[in-house]
Amino acid sequence: MYRYDQIDKDILADRSAEFRGQVARRLAGELSEDQFKPLRLRNGLYLQLHAYMLRVAIPYGSLNPTQLRKLAWIGRTYDKGYGHFTTRTNLQFHWIKLADAPEILDALASVDMHAIQTSGNCIRNVTADPYAGATAEEIDDPRVWAEAIRQWSTIHPEFNWLPRKFKIAVSAAAKDRTAAKTHDIGLNLKRARDGVLGFEVMVGGGLGRLPHIAPTVRPFLPAQRLFSYLEAILRVYNRHGRRDNIHKARIKILVAALGAEEFARQVEAEWEKIGTSADLPDTELARIRGAFAPTAFETLPAVSEAFEAAKARSPAFARFARNNLKPHKVAGYAIVEISLKAIGQTPGDATAEQMEVVADLAERFGQDDIRVTHEQNLVLPHVKLDDAPAVWAALAEAGLATANMNLVSDIIACPGLDYCALANARSISVAQNIAAKFADAERAERVGELKIKISGCINACGHHHVGHIGILGVDKKGEEFYQLTLGGSAAEDAGVGQALGPALPYERVAEAVDTLVDVYLRERQGAERFLDTFRRTGVAPFKEAVYADVH
Amino acid sequence: MPTFIRLQAGAPALAEDPFTAVGDDQTIPPGDVIISLSRFQTEGEGLLSEGRQVGVRLESHEDVEALAYDLPRIAVVALAFPKFGDGRAYTSARLLRERFHFKGEVRAVGDVLREQAGYMVRCGFDAFEPADGSTAQAWERATHRFRHVYQRASDGRPVAFEGRGG
Repeated sequence: MYRYDQIDKDILADRSAEFRGQVARRLAGELSEDQFKPLRLRNGLYLQLHAYMLRVAIPYGSLNPTQLRKLAWIGRTYDKGYGHFTTRTNLQFHWIKLADAPEILDALASVDMHAIQTSGNCIRNVTADPYAGATAEEIDDPRVWAEAIRQWSTIHPEFNWLPRKFKIAVSAAAKDRTAAKTHDIGLNLKRARDGVLGFEVMVGGGLGRLPHIAPTVRPFLPAQRLFSYLEAILRVYNRHGRRDNIHKARIKILVAALGAEEFARQVEAEWEKIGTSADLPDTELARIRGAFAPTAFETLPAVSEAFEAAKARSPAFARFARNNLKPHKVAGYAIVEISLKAIGQTPGDATAEQMEVVADLAERFGQDDIRVTHEQNLVLPHVKLDDAPAVWAALAEAGLATANMNLVSDIIACPGLDYCALANARSISVAQNIAAKFADAERAERVGELKIKISGCINACGHHHVGHIGILGVDKKGEEFYQLTLGGSAAEDAGVGQALGPALPYERVAEAVDTLVDVYLRERQGAERFLDTFRRTGVAPFKEAVYADVH
Repeated sequence: MPTFIRLQAGAPALAEDPFTAVGDDQTIPPGDVIISLSRFQTEGEGLLSEGRQVGVRLESHEDVEALAYDLPRIAVVALAFPKFGDGRAYTSARLLRERFHFKGEVRAVGDVLREQAGYMVRCGFDAFEPADGSTAQAWERATHRFRHVYQRASDGRPVAFEGRGG
């Protein structure tokens, strides 16, 4: 893992001191709330329904046990004993006092963490494939590039006051686990035929009120030219992105207005003028790469007797192994997914105790490495198959062994009306109701991969547009209604879902999902996922079944 | 009258502003003036021929490219911040310095707060009209808030990776 050197630490300390001064000036009335707001946002502080929310950055979703324990400690000391992992692989504390914020930032800085640019109209926390360094599928380690982007984007002199927020993802494999095409910039690592490393550059994705899937503006960018190209994209956006209407200010609107081709032309023209002066020297990339050098893996047999025996002994462990263990690049190891979607829980929430359990497991069995996924789960990327039964047992004891990865109850949901001042409707309890419908694990497994995503308002923090089943909360004369969309995806087969029909009342949502699943099970052919079946049959059979029930 | 702060040998210092900012609806007084781009395009030639120093104020939506051929005879480019969150002028300043090699004064005017001081100096601004009553000392502190920077910019400050001896 990347370790902060003195320079990185100094920057966090300076930032913390700066914010302490700004809070003091705000509390003394020297800064108005209007002036203070963009400053606190750039330090992760939101004013929510009940209190301040602090959003802590977890760059490219990578954590070590010391950091996770510190997050647990903050949750216990300054919040109500838990935290909420988000779709940007950040962690949010929802019950923070403004006066405590500088203390918390100092505590974060003590373990090389921060809340810099987790909000505001600037370049946000960069995300990357959570299986980095562990999957055989990857072209190159995306963390190297994501860490370089983290540094480049931190307190960028030119691009800290953009028209709107700006999100970058680095995907490293054909299978996209970062939702790259829903980002302002999606970078997909590739190798050219001659072996040269580079990126496919996609620009102008985004959800929100007007969902866009990012078009490719450059099929192949040589990797060493990344930063001049990023600078060119950001410069075109900083100059020409709309600033007159907050809802039209994302880069997706600029790209759509100009057309991907014209946008690309402008970027290329700017890029040519910038030249190589903005690129990162190879020596610095090599330094960062060194920090992610592969850990020493043991030479193990591909089949673990202890693992096989445990599966034979325990159907529950076998189910966990089937759903939550993913293939590792090294024989005898596995990637372990930890679901934060236990039936009846708030998706993405983890208690301080749970964080500590995961930190302990990472230390004992997982090479001190923990990842956060954009689907609001955690990952132990390097676990020996021999140790998987012990890891599972400890997770089970902490309520963390739900074997539902990518299944119907592995739901993404925004905080919704329970926390958020913008929401029209609840998200969390809708997720809980759906999960309860599918509490029968065997049925859920029969249904297979099904991505449900729920947003409590059109800002789409729950990514409903790209859910296989998307659920959007709307307000109808003071009552919570939900619009369902089908067939969306955030992965390499990205697409925006199609409306099912008129919005449904709160009480009918879980039941409607149940009906949709029944239609899928009836219609599916061969190994089709829900998404595949829907894309083949179209909306008709689903619509008919859900609205037939109404009569 | 806002405070006027100028970098002198790299350090912010309170200064007398020799220029008068003139709105489009005002008559041009004697002496050195800063006028809008449109006014410069119609009246700039005449003012320069009178031997005055002329500065041009660019609004945040106006492109610096419009001044490219006039830069050698312009003393000041004043870049406007209609709101402090409008970041277009940072790009304009960098282009003035790095692409057009402008050697005159690049001045920040409008909603200018000390929170932006570091960013402004990095992008090539060397004169400021703070709207928050900042003293030169406050400006100096804000400018040097960060001991290190991660990016190359117009100020030629050594970048973090250079100090790492990679």
